[in-house]
Amino acid sequence: MELKDKLLSSYIAFEDKLDTNSDVHEVRSKALQNFENLGFPTKKLEAWKYTSLNSVLKQDYSLFPDKIEAIELSDVKKYFIHEIDSYKVIFINGKYSSFLSQTTHENYDVCLMSSALNSLKYKPVIDKYFNKIAKQDNLTSLNTAFATEGAYINIPKNTEVKKPIQIINFTTGAQSATMVQPRNLVVVGENSHVQIIERHQSLTSNAVLTNAVTEVYADTSSTVDIYKIQDDEITASLVDNSYIEQQSKSVVSVHTFSFGGNITRNNLNFYQKGEYIDSILKGITISKGKQHIDHHTLVHHIEPNCESHQDYKGIYDERSTSVFNGKVIVNKEAQKTNAYQQNNNVLLSDKATINAKPQLEIFADDVKCSHGCTIGQLDDDALFYMQQRGIPEKEGKGLLMFAFANTVLESVRIPEVKQRITNLIANKLGVNIGFDL
Amino acid sequence: MLKIENLQAEIDGKSILKGLNIAVNAGEVHAIMGPNGAGKSTLANIIAGKEDYEVTAGSIELNGEDISELAPEERAHNGVFLSFQYPVEIPGVSVTNFIKTAINETRKAKGLEDMPAKDMLKMIREKSELLEIDRKFLSRSLNEGFSGGEKKRNEIFQMAMLEPKLAILDETDSGLDIDALRIVANGVNKLKSKDNAVIVITHYQRLLDYIVPDFVHVLHDGKIVKSGDASLALELEAKGYDWIKQELV
Repeated sequence: MELKDKLLSSYIAFEDKLDTNSDVHEVRSKALQNFENLGFPTKKLEAWKYTSLNSVLKQDYSLFPDKIEAIELSDVKKYFIHEIDSYKVIFINGKYSSFLSQTTHENYDVCLMSSALNSLKYKPVIDKYFNKIAKQDNLTSLNTAFATEGAYINIPKNTEVKKPIQIINFTTGAQSATMVQPRNLVVVGENSHVQIIERHQSLTSNAVLTNAVTEVYADTSSTVDIYKIQDDEITASLVDNSYIEQQSKSVVSVHTFSFGGNITRNNLNFYQKGEYIDSILKGITISKGKQHIDHHTLVHHIEPNCESHQDYKGIYDERSTSVFNGKVIVNKEAQKTNAYQQNNNVLLSDKATINAKPQLEIFADDVKCSHGCTIGQLDDDALFYMQQRGIPEKEGKGLLMFAFANTVLESVRIPEVKQRITNLIANKLGVNIGFDL
Repeated sequence: MLKIENLQAEIDGKSILKGLNIAVNAGEVHAIMGPNGAGKSTLANIIAGKEDYEVTAGSIELNGEDISELAPEERAHNGVFLSFQYPVEIPGVSVTNFIKTAINETRKAKGLEDMPAKDMLKMIREKSELLEIDRKFLSRSLNEGFSGGEKKRNEIFQMAMLEPKLAILDETDSGLDIDALRIVANGVNKLKSKDNAVIVITHYQRLLDYIVPDFVHVLHDGKIVKSGDASLALELEAKGYDWIKQELV
């Protein structure tokens, strides 16, 4: 059976387990209808021109692994940023793992979507925010239809969350291919601050398809920092849909580190709903083999006096293919917008491909919008210079690539995350140099 | 120290060196002069191991070992240093981090441990004082936005740190004002010893007032066509290169 049919036919059984009287049920049914009409995206859609999901949709995915798998902390510790004290919201095959998690309801909620969706206490928040900014496109609708679990984070106003929150979705897929659809909701009150580290991690070599949706609401003068670490197994594919709505004077940054996985598609959308907002989108991509990594970003400048800063760096080796599509929309009312977009790419192999596409739609006349896009190779002269000083070719290349990616790491505000990413980059590039960024 | 015999090399099928011979002993300073396009920078790059050039004949020996098949970093580990005519800008790598990496990679190649941080700092302090380099300068990205003089001073600073056996200075005097020239030359002179050798490539006599050569060679059309002592440089300065070309006819 085609995956689409399988999903549609399983919905009735899925629905049986849910409270069909809730408002959320309405939302789900509509979303399912939407997915039924639209189906999975194909290359005929402009937004999916360079990314085909065909190969991953062929797998026979287990949709609702019911058995809760136990995993040992010692086996997965390396996937945590364990050097720091943090809250942890951990899932195994889409099911909450209380053993690996550390949640809280003191002062603020760092807990589960399932309890938020099913409890009267959280109903006002769910009614106000759930599925409100998420686009009604095919894959987001599919996620909404089946959304049951994920992280629920609600921070009241004037609150500094002292510890970062780690959200990790493990898949064990011991028996067969697994599809999971985590759904996260993050609501950050006025003048509050939270840091989130997100990761999807397969623990076997069986196929995994993750279709994740995260909605983030950043109220006035709040600060939200999100770090997405994508370093999954080569058999795991990910579509990560993020929707971020910002109110006046808020600052939201999203760093996406895409190093692993089979097919990775990031849909990162920012909507600026106030003035004096700053949106920061940064990414480092390192790919090889037949990996495919696609970044689709959108920054919608709706009100005046806001800024956005995008900086994406990519290093592509072997036969890997990659996409950067950065769209910036500046509404007529959004005067004095300052939108900056930088996308630099290095191809290490003749067979590697990058499709880079800046898209600027500007309807206001008093704005500063700049974009720069480069595609090149490593500088041979710089490499010779390094070798002449005794640095071997491999380390020299590593050093040059480190230096190239450096501008993205500068803005990472958790030192342990920065260190981890530095180590991952060194590992990906196969270099071991005592080099301190 | 360095013995080059019948060196012939080409780039993209164009012959540049056409049977060049030179021998440099430890403790000596050699100057190589010659008109534009004679092959001076090519010679420097070939000794350092740049791959763009194809060596079609001849040999390059360093301390009795043929180095012509070695990678550039292996030649560096054997003590070859090239002060570049146009040092490359490397954004994102500080001068300090770069030189630390270079020294420790060289030590690693020799089977030595990393230099202790304390010793490294001490050495950086000493050598930067020798070249009159400001501490702030060391934390800047390598050569990025450096003036011509700063780039050349940085080259000699790295030479001081790496303590090479054979240093080749490729037009180190170009882009230097007279004060910077004096600082750079003073640095080179302080580093000279009976155990190392220096090859100075230049167009002009000016630098040779400060770094006095034991031998002066004229490179023309891919060959050394005349050799002499320091007075040859003065003669060239006074008479230009044309008389040598005419002598050859």
